[in-house]
Amino acid sequence: MEQVIANGLYLGAQYALIALGLTLIFALMNVLNFAHGQLYVLGGFVTYTIYGQLGLPFPVALVCSGLTLAVVGAAIEKYLFRTVIRRSVREESTMLLAAAIAFFLDSVILLLFGEKQRGVPKIIDGVFISDAVILPYDRILVGVLAVLMIAAFVLFMQYSKPGRAMRALAQDRIAAQLMGVNVNRYSMIGFALGAMLAGVVGGLLVTITGVNSGIGGPISIKAFLMVMIGGAGVVGGAIAGGFILGMMESVGLTVLREFGDVTYLVIFALLMVFLSIRPNGLMGKPWG
Amino acid sequence: MTRTTKIAASAAFLLTLLVGVPVLINLTGRTDFYYTLTSVALLSIISAGVWITFYIGRINIGQGAYALMGGYVSAILVTGYGVSFWLTLPLAGLFCAAASVLIGLPILRLRGVYFAMISLVLTEVARLLALALPITNGAKGIVSIPLPGEISLFGLTIIPDFSTLANPRLAFYIVAVLLMALCFAGLYRLSRSRIGQLCQSLQQNEELASSIGVNIAYLRVIAYAMSSFLGGVGGAMFAAISQSIYPSSFTVADSVNFMLNCFLGGLSYVFGPMLGTFVLYFGWDLLFETGRFQLLIFSSVLIALMLVLPNGLLSLSLPKRKGNGVPARKKGVEA
Repeated sequence: MEQVIANGLYLGAQYALIALGLTLIFALMNVLNFAHGQLYVLGGFVTYTIYGQLGLPFPVALVCSGLTLAVVGAAIEKYLFRTVIRRSVREESTMLLAAAIAFFLDSVILLLFGEKQRGVPKIIDGVFISDAVILPYDRILVGVLAVLMIAAFVLFMQYSKPGRAMRALAQDRIAAQLMGVNVNRYSMIGFALGAMLAGVVGGLLVTITGVNSGIGGPISIKAFLMVMIGGAGVVGGAIAGGFILGMMESVGLTVLREFGDVTYLVIFALLMVFLSIRPNGLMGKPWG
Repeated sequence: MTRTTKIAASAAFLLTLLVGVPVLINLTGRTDFYYTLTSVALLSIISAGVWITFYIGRINIGQGAYALMGGYVSAILVTGYGVSFWLTLPLAGLFCAAASVLIGLPILRLRGVYFAMISLVLTEVARLLALALPITNGAKGIVSIPLPGEISLFGLTIIPDFSTLANPRLAFYIVAVLLMALCFAGLYRLSRSRIGQLCQSLQQNEELASSIGVNIAYLRVIAYAMSSFLGGVGGAMFAAISQSIYPSSFTVADSVNFMLNCFLGGLSYVFGPMLGTFVLYFGWDLLFETGRFQLLIFSSVLIALMLVLPNGLLSLSLPKRKGNGVPARKKGVEA
């Protein structure tokens, strides 16, 4: 049982980071970023190239993943989303754009990196063994890194100036603008930050599960699940959603093993029931 | 356009599709176009369902679930119970409509992105269910479904047995076009009926609509049921044409495509889904020549289209329509 909980916590930390990026983008721009999973994959491949292929140290690769994705995210916001949001009559049009970007990134990743499953050497060897729990050290390291990053993100949003501006933007775009917040600038920073988080998780996870060009879509779906559980556009909700999903997956895979591959079916069914009772998720604003 | 010209134009369009296109295909010998055009017609029916949910202001990425459900209902009834395919077609639609009422009652309370996400999840649920249930035969799917049989009334053959036909593709094409015509005629009628007006009020502001006495809970379930009905019929027809159905026949990617069809054609136009499906499907097929750059070019064109015409292709040809003044004015500001 301890093993299951440890696995769940480790998975949850990763998931929470992915969900944080998605929910940040959603809160700031009201955009459902279909391409989030693809951003994650791109981050994974950047780390794979720099750490796995070029042989540079892992932290360098991780930073490069984050930076690349931040630039990509900022460019996507500035040149694509901003234009479409300004021109279209209905807000939902951004979804077509987001889906098209997801296709685009999918094809770019496929062309650049091929369709093979890619892995990198372990960051640290060895396995932590105690009476109840067996965990490889690299998993522990990745989990701890993820938790640290979540903490840093929360502190950044809570106490820094850009963080405050973004929270104001999420609360009320017009009011924030009236108070002198540079809406365009902080939308771009927010999008870049969200994309960066996705890229960093991709870089972290490539050391454990590897990466291939096809997993973008499923990752996006998982991110949507977490955001729905916690409530869209709320930082706390995304973290809670990530840990809950990670825990459910870990428990489900153990408990439901003899029934075959039904873990996600059960999770989906539970989610439907949960959402019919609480449409806004755990902490969502009573908006949707 | 007056009423008569409208009717004349639709009749001419239908005649072109039913007579002109087969003649043209016979002349050029490209019989593979039958399958392509049949697919476009059926996909546009399924997309029309998504359009109805857009009409009540919901973003529906769950249409693949109902298409899959419809396909399975028809396939199981035909192979397992020997029911005539023509009977299973409406049955599949009704089954989906009934299921969508049950599912819709709770989830239609969600709005905006929440509904979009839960409907996306619904597609995944349908796929996983098809994998897990015993009746759907798991990942192997249901294969070698017999072709549709004949319908005769008082000894008079109305629809011949498809397996005796020399060219079942043409027969499927004609059935699909007729279904599409029926579907869009219904859609057009719906958008101009009282219930259509009420649906539009839902799209604009549900609270306001409910405050002036519109039964929003009832309306949105009805609209969702209609949407799923179309999805089910389209899915059943697809299963009949390919004579097989698998859990992966309709996936999340298909659901997203159905939504894209509507966006591309234009959400404020009844015939948007038809045009959008045609352009997307043919565009994708034409790019087949480019090999591994197919998806890259396709998605770049989509992004470019979105930047130039964010309100759909039809917003280009009908400049007088409401809603087009807005982007034009905004463009002026930008310049």
